[in-house]
Amino acid sequence: MPELDGAIEPAISVRDLVVSYNGRRVLDGINLDIARGETMVLLGGSGSGKSTLLRQIIGLERPQEGRVLVRGTNLAEAKPDELKKLRHSIGVAFQNAALFNSMSVEENIALPLREHTKLPESTIRLMTWLKLAVVGLTEFGKLDPQQLSGGMKKRAAVARALALDPDILVFDEPSAGLDPIVAAELDELILGLKRAFDMTVVVVTHEMSSAFRIADRLAMLYKGTLIAVGTKNEFRANPHPRIRQFLDRIPDQISDTAPVERYFERYLEERPV
Amino acid sequence: MNIPVAERVGSATLRHVEYVGGLTTQFWSALRSLGRTLPLLGNRNRWQAAINQMVAVGVEAIPMVGIMAVCAGFILAMQGASELRRFGAIKFVIDLVTVGFTRELGPLLTAIAVSGRSGSAFSAEIGSMVVTEEVDALRTMAIEPIEFVLAPKYLAALVVLPCLTIVSSACGILAGALFMRISTNMAFDVYFQYAIHAMVLRDVITGLIKSLAFATIIVQVACLEGFRVRGGPDAVGRSATAAVVKSTFLVILADVGFTAMFYITGGH
Repeated sequence: MPELDGAIEPAISVRDLVVSYNGRRVLDGINLDIARGETMVLLGGSGSGKSTLLRQIIGLERPQEGRVLVRGTNLAEAKPDELKKLRHSIGVAFQNAALFNSMSVEENIALPLREHTKLPESTIRLMTWLKLAVVGLTEFGKLDPQQLSGGMKKRAAVARALALDPDILVFDEPSAGLDPIVAAELDELILGLKRAFDMTVVVVTHEMSSAFRIADRLAMLYKGTLIAVGTKNEFRANPHPRIRQFLDRIPDQISDTAPVERYFERYLEERPV
Repeated sequence: MNIPVAERVGSATLRHVEYVGGLTTQFWSALRSLGRTLPLLGNRNRWQAAINQMVAVGVEAIPMVGIMAVCAGFILAMQGASELRRFGAIKFVIDLVTVGFTRELGPLLTAIAVSGRSGSAFSAEIGSMVVTEEVDALRTMAIEPIEFVLAPKYLAALVVLPCLTIVSSACGILAGALFMRISTNMAFDVYFQYAIHAMVLRDVITGLIKSLAFATIIVQVACLEGFRVRGGPDAVGRSATAAVVKSTFLVILADVGFTAMFYITGGH
């Protein structure tokens, strides 16, 4: 695992980040460094704020307090040109793939190249083919996104995220909605990409098996705060009750059973015999 | 007792102010990105998208706009004739139809047709792009959604609405000719001589200015409704409804304003 080193600037660093919606603090003072070349998995249950943190990291929303620095540049204060350059260095694979339905798979992948480069059409076609080859979809480029299966869509989304050769790759729930085999294939793809291109990878997930397969380090969010950041072994040994609960899949007490019992008692008492 | 009423009035006012603010902000960024949509000067892909939109918004709307105008032309001629006949002034039907269409009905009917056909389509398209995170994906790829999605539609509407307005006015005046032929056996060439005599350049130009304003209203309102979709498929449906209702309402409101302005400056 790459060590965080004072001399090397982290790929992404989050400082005292606060985000609130309608007065409710969704993120409450987050501090996190993600080193270059490491795979950081952000864990957390539904509503823990992990998607909000992800949207901050990829610059879709502005922080109310604190900063998000990508390669040393504050996203909220970056000039349009700088922000554009930073966005080119971050590839994002969205949860539902977010492929443009009006274009074929190939055109989806070629879109960032057509928009941001002046490459000739033949080069763009070659690069698109290469990206499709990386994710194993060369035969499916001509199809429309609707014609792909869930796993293939996600791989196509990865190919599009790779189009501009980013050095940070972000995945939002890569295994959500996939069967275990396809989910495992996607994990292998993430590992392979990291090995091949030496990228910084950020993955948001709640799938523990996938998280432990791909992570260098993990960070656990709970109710808007980070309760643990560490390597896999540190995580397994962490005694924090919420982490134990997450690892051991113990449910929260969600329903209050006492009133239900009282209701039935009353119902039985009042029932005409 | 009065506090909740005041509070509700206040929050409703704030909502409307906020909506107009959103519309204005979007309008300015649309204007700024319009340059990149132009042929030769701008991005080739945007111009291509704008052409596709022109076909969808304009060419495919010609039959509907034409038929609506023919029907409205007949209605106007028949209603006008039944009154004017009593004064022996049936030939003023020609003036009524010509002036009515070039000044008013041509632009208005076109705007209502386009708002219903394309306004709902714009908001539904953008709304579903928001729901499926495609708009977010565009932004992470450093592509401005306003420039990528809205600007081609706006340019297309700006080009196509005046054209459709001309089609609509021509169809309306043609309907007047058919009516006069049937009811008074007036020859077409006589009718068109009268019609051209009744047509004033100023009326044509004010009509086209109106159609540009209506194009702006329809595209901006429909796209704003689309970008503001939050939630699921039902929100997309609601946004399409809101786009048509709000843009039609605002088109008629703007029409009153423009007509009043042209009336006052016209020295009547």
